[in-house]
Amino acid sequence: MTEPGPLAGASAGPVLELRGVTKRFPGVVALDDVSIRVAPHEVVGLIGENGAGKSTVLKILSGVYQPDEGVLLMRGEPVRFRGPRDAARAGIGIVHQEQSLVGSVSVAENLLLGVEGRSVRGGFYRWSELNARAERQLAKIGSKISPTARVNSLTFAQRQMIEVVKAISVEDHAHAEPVVVFDEPTSVLAGEDLETLFGQIERLRSRASVIFVSHRLDEVLRVSDRVYVLKDGRCVAEREPGSVDTKELYRLMVGRASSGQYYREEEQGTFDNTVDDAEEVLGADGLTLRGRFSDVSFSVRRGEVLGIAGVVGSGREDLCRAIFGAEPVDGGELRVGGKRVRFRVPADAVRAGVGYIPAERRFEGVAMGMSVAENILLADSSATSVGPFAVPRRRAALVKEWIDRLRIRTPDSGTDVASLSGGNQQKVVLAKWMSSPKLRVLVLDHPTRGLDVGAKEDVYRFVREMCAQGLAIVLLSDTLEETIGLSHRVLVMRDGQVAARFDAAPGAKPTQVDLVEQMV
Amino acid sequence: MTPATKSAASTTATSLTPLGVPLGRRVLDAGPVLALVLMVVVFSVISGRFLTVPNAGSIANQASILLVLAVGSTFVILLGGIDLSIEGVMATSSLVTVLLAHNDRNGLDLGYFAVLVGAAVGAVFGLVNGLLHTRMRIPSFMVTLGTGAIGIGIATVLFGGQPPRLLDDGLRAWGTERVAGFPRLLLIAVLVLALGYLIQRLTRIGRYILVIGGDEQIAKLSGVSVPRYKMYAFVLSGTASGLAGAMASTQLGVGDVQVGSGQMFATITAVVVGGTALTGGRGGVLQTLIGVLLISVLANGLILVGVNPSIQRSVQGVVIVLAIAATAWTQRHRLRVIK
Repeated sequence: MTEPGPLAGASAGPVLELRGVTKRFPGVVALDDVSIRVAPHEVVGLIGENGAGKSTVLKILSGVYQPDEGVLLMRGEPVRFRGPRDAARAGIGIVHQEQSLVGSVSVAENLLLGVEGRSVRGGFYRWSELNARAERQLAKIGSKISPTARVNSLTFAQRQMIEVVKAISVEDHAHAEPVVVFDEPTSVLAGEDLETLFGQIERLRSRASVIFVSHRLDEVLRVSDRVYVLKDGRCVAEREPGSVDTKELYRLMVGRASSGQYYREEEQGTFDNTVDDAEEVLGADGLTLRGRFSDVSFSVRRGEVLGIAGVVGSGREDLCRAIFGAEPVDGGELRVGGKRVRFRVPADAVRAGVGYIPAERRFEGVAMGMSVAENILLADSSATSVGPFAVPRRRAALVKEWIDRLRIRTPDSGTDVASLSGGNQQKVVLAKWMSSPKLRVLVLDHPTRGLDVGAKEDVYRFVREMCAQGLAIVLLSDTLEETIGLSHRVLVMRDGQVAARFDAAPGAKPTQVDLVEQMV
Repeated sequence: MTPATKSAASTTATSLTPLGVPLGRRVLDAGPVLALVLMVVVFSVISGRFLTVPNAGSIANQASILLVLAVGSTFVILLGGIDLSIEGVMATSSLVTVLLAHNDRNGLDLGYFAVLVGAAVGAVFGLVNGLLHTRMRIPSFMVTLGTGAIGIGIATVLFGGQPPRLLDDGLRAWGTERVAGFPRLLLIAVLVLALGYLIQRLTRIGRYILVIGGDEQIAKLSGVSVPRYKMYAFVLSGTASGLAGAMASTQLGVGDVQVGSGQMFATITAVVVGGTALTGGRGGVLQTLIGVLLISVLANGLILVGVNPSIQRSVQGVVIVLAIAATAWTQRHRLRVIK
């Protein structure tokens, strides 16, 4: 079934090769001398943590970015893509994580969008031919979806199937066997749909080469002939499934042994776990949001950090949003300060003393175009106003206090937030919530995403300070290392359920492998 | 290795329209159609004059120009844009058409050709709208608000204080004569509707406008020249406004700056009430036909029933707000931030 032997890419003339590719962005080296080969009919896995460089590789393959150094070779020829079209013409098809289908038109139109060719003559669609061509494309993977169905009316799994068909169809224009790149395809699929996808990849093997980008290690091992491990923009390892297991891969991917120092565990408060829930600030019992998560229970005490671990699609993001009232729950009980609460909108949560620091800082956290001061004063005005009137003097004093306390580097309080660095923007978001006297619970949704090491340490310091002040913190982090390092307790979620709970008291932390075993 | 998928192609025969076009789940939203039926029933019951041929004729008379405008506007709204230059374009086109045809101001007598020039003036306005919108990246509502004012300005200069009268008998006949109780302009409107439907269903322009309205980013990544197709949409809308300006002049018998007064509101209302989403990507020309009928029947019915003319406009305003609330109701969870 799998024809090429191990490391065949080295000898059999690779169909695609990245040779010493480096890509820099202001302040970061996203890829550093990365070399990857894909042999004909080979399935190559590409793994790495968030920020390891997977998506940069993907964007170079799809023609969105051009490498600063090094070359991209297709069938031995150096190529330079000026845009997505060039990549498609060269025979690289991408199955995007976020779906790239237009819901308002039919399956056939989506499949042939931009490449209608003979099916549109003189600007007029020849529907029968277009539909017939689409049907032939669909038949390649044995799909029985109607080409005339409107994409809006399809299920998620069906749409993913269309994506795969669309990716394969680049072979028609490249006049060669395509390279199909799957970008985290399994993060949104489960059960039968997942099996269908693996079946498709297996079927693709006879007519294409495949690059499978994922962070679900067991799945990568299952489908790949070879696996590349990316870490911090470098390709740190190349392994074959026979000679490696998920634990080994994980170690390679994370690549740091001990991290207690970094997170200053000794400064973390400790808890006596025998007197459980005595000082509960935030609690949940059987929290359920249909289709996302079900029966989630936990309790967070004064000064405690609860880390929630889980892969994309495990439901932890939804849980996080539910705690903040952005997704009304269907069932179960949520308590703040021992009192039962029911959040319909985020404003309810804010009133109850729950703050939320979102992952998409740029979109949800700060209001770009507004000043630092205005942003800090957004969340709560009770301390700086008399009745409905704002008191300018009090506002200015409060803003100054927080700029100093968090060491926000800004020319002055009237500066547009958009002109600050990512780390300082994050501090503005933190100041916004911390300045609220009512704050009791803080939900940190990937608080360090996109920050450099120094800014990360500031955030860690801030988390410790918040704990010392008696806040309860719920933490969702990009890396397990961070989750373990900062948390007192860790909740592991899988497929919308709580899969495991760990005590993570300083000095007795669970290992990342412990968590991974429960996550996947 | 996969679950059996052999039975493939046998189940592909889903419903197709006569043109072999995907039907999707439904062509028209049930809501506007039901509202139209309901309105017709109510007005018929209240007023004995409503359901008569002469009244149908006068509804058609009102609806003809509106239909032309609305079909054009549908394409811009399908993109997620908006064309507010309608009244200005109509004004310029009205003056240009009358001044080129046989009139009491100059010696020109270009006949039907004058109407073509009027429509062409609209097309030029559309082109300018499209260029400013796509090249200079100005939001369409700003651009068209500006060019609309320019249109009024040009028309005012051409107007010169005294309305030029249209003396071409052939053109006048188009605006005033009725055939079997129906105005001749209805024929033009129906032709425009058919053309609009054809463009929407069968041409690359129509399909890509729908794609861009659905997701501009994906369209761009698929190699669709987004600015070009946006431009086409504005040209279609502008041409329709130009033609409507000429049509209105044949009705009035003069070239007038005020020829399109109130039409922009009516047009956008008709398109939206029919079921074309202001966010783009959903709706179409047939929906717009229903919307135009709704607006025209409502206006006509309110007069017949004897509603005070001064509050009729308010009633129309209430209708549009309700209609938008109804169409957006199912999507309100997705639109978390509204501007």
